[in-house]
Amino acid sequence: MSEFLQHLINMLVLGGTYALLGIGLTLIFGIMNVVNFTHGVLYTFGAYIMFIVVQQLGLNFFLALPVAVLAGWLLGAAIELTLLRPLRGSDIDTTMLVMIGAWIAMQSGTLWIWGGVAKSVATPFPEAPLVLGPVSVSWLRLFVLAAAALLILVTYLLINKTSLGRAMRATFQDHDTASLMGVNVDMIYTSTFAIGSSLAAAAGALLGPVYVIFPQMGDLAAVKAFAIVILGGLGNITGAVIGGFILALAEELGAGYVSSGYRDAMGFLIIIAVLIFRPTGLFARAERVG
Amino acid sequence: MTRTIRLVPAIALATALVGGAVQAQTIKIGVNEPLTGAFAASGTYVVNGAKIAADEINAKGGILGKKIELVIEDNKSNPTEAAAVAEKLITSDKVPVLMGAWGSSLTLAVMPKLMEYETPMVVETSSSGKITTTGNPFIFRISPPSAVEAAAFKGIVDKLALKKVDFLVINNDWGRGTAEDFSKMMKDKGITIGLVETMDQGAQDMSAQLSKIKSSDSETVIVTTAVDQLTLIFKQAAALGLKKRIITTGGSQNPDQIIAQAGAAANGTMHLTTFLPWFPDKTPNPEATNYFITEWKKRGFEFAGCTESFRGYDGIRTAAAAIEKAGKAEPAAIKAALWNINIKGLNGDIVFRKSGPEGKESGQSQPNVYLIEINDGKVEMKTL
Repeated sequence: MSEFLQHLINMLVLGGTYALLGIGLTLIFGIMNVVNFTHGVLYTFGAYIMFIVVQQLGLNFFLALPVAVLAGWLLGAAIELTLLRPLRGSDIDTTMLVMIGAWIAMQSGTLWIWGGVAKSVATPFPEAPLVLGPVSVSWLRLFVLAAAALLILVTYLLINKTSLGRAMRATFQDHDTASLMGVNVDMIYTSTFAIGSSLAAAAGALLGPVYVIFPQMGDLAAVKAFAIVILGGLGNITGAVIGGFILALAEELGAGYVSSGYRDAMGFLIIIAVLIFRPTGLFARAERVG
Repeated sequence: MTRTIRLVPAIALATALVGGAVQAQTIKIGVNEPLTGAFAASGTYVVNGAKIAADEINAKGGILGKKIELVIEDNKSNPTEAAAVAEKLITSDKVPVLMGAWGSSLTLAVMPKLMEYETPMVVETSSSGKITTTGNPFIFRISPPSAVEAAAFKGIVDKLALKKVDFLVINNDWGRGTAEDFSKMMKDKGITIGLVETMDQGAQDMSAQLSKIKSSDSETVIVTTAVDQLTLIFKQAAALGLKKRIITTGGSQNPDQIIAQAGAAANGTMHLTTFLPWFPDKTPNPEATNYFITEWKKRGFEFAGCTESFRGYDGIRTAAAAIEKAGKAEPAAIKAALWNINIKGLNGDIVFRKSGPEGKESGQSQPNVYLIEINDGKVEMKTL
């Protein structure tokens, strides 16, 4: 029983960051219809910003987090303006190829700047974990969970309660009509991509100090983000949050009670099942697409 | 325009001829190591050790009157890439001998290429038994196979009073081979084997596996993987409140790096290593060890890397000694000469003995294995 409780705690901590990764990607796909292959690199980028600010500049850990989010926002806006805006109106395959190119170029860039050897970031949290009866969890991971929850809440409010969010939702439903109603669609696209990118960078900045930081760290993260988006339904933010926790639960229980060798396969088994039985995602409503 | 197009092949040809002439001035040794991916830290250390050996040899005038040149390629911690890199080094760079490829799965992927192009390779790190038992006569290994590690560990299991042991190993030929060889040895000693958990080489979160191990009734966990993943395991085990004795194998732990990054979580852990840079006078060749450590520090590398980099140093010296003995830089002659070398390695004399099926034996030297314990952030030696 205590083992099961421990797995549940691990699931919560892991699921929070998976959700954060998923909503950034699903937002961009839902509103812009762009399959963002640079999502993993932006995650890596956020982690390296933490490394620069904390380890190389010696600044405060908590100050580094907003810096990483802002840097991710700026890089995302730059990618949108230079690569995606000129391709507006081209088909999804063309933008996909361009994004794959950007992914490879940016990953090679991080390798060129920081080298292939993993880096780690010191944190101000105590080494001794928080022990609650039979289960224990590190303070750093609790902080990561809280920060992820806060960021998810902020994103939710931004989309559902602000005028920018209303314009984003309008663009998602029909960009031509939104444009006729006076929505600056170009601005919405740039903002959406920048917000999605900053969420990826935030996930990297939070998880980089938990794990180690290296140029390819984003690859597995991106694969998981895609899995979460498929689970939750394309463009569905609530679905991505729940999908993140479902993936974490599948991994934890799969590794704990089936076989740890297939841990990373568990998520994909679920995806196959979802694609067979509910191809629009677990939480898809009847929606108008395009 | 036409003229330019005609000029291009002429220039290319000229460059190739001149380049070829320059290349003949040096003797090349191919180095196939992971410089990116999961084993980047380890592979980079090995390459830095290899460079020390090459510089030392060249400072003394090189071999056969020529300087040696390391052609270093990154296998990206990926078996497919490792095989491609070997092919590139042999066919394009025309290296007569290789050193590589760090991981067992990487080395195993390279081995068919060695057969195909009949080029020998000095294996500096890999520990899977399969490498020297499947009948590849181009393999010359200077690192201990996991069965040798298990045998060396045999003497201490009574002293540690092991009763039930769990394993957490990297999910590749290295990790699974270690779990197999150690289980066999421990079963013979009457020790119960509990869980055998695996983790992907790129995995960063082992909490699920560790939670499972935490709940088992064993008192010891044997962990096999490289340093980056090991550091994460120590941190995550501490966060889960796992209080079992942790013993690591494989010799790629870089204990000082674990002390630096895992802090208090490293105390009380034991590690099977293949080099003793903390106690140079206890190594088989103290003079060579001291030279190497001094040179390593002089270059500004982290001391933690010594336990890994010494293999690159020994590997290149092994290859160079064979080229010298062969009298020419040709694969067949070097392969024959590797059987006759006897050099003072940092972890024992490097002399190859036959291993594997008759008629196509691989070479295996007999390096030492040590057990160390971390206490209060310091490395202590245990007698095996």
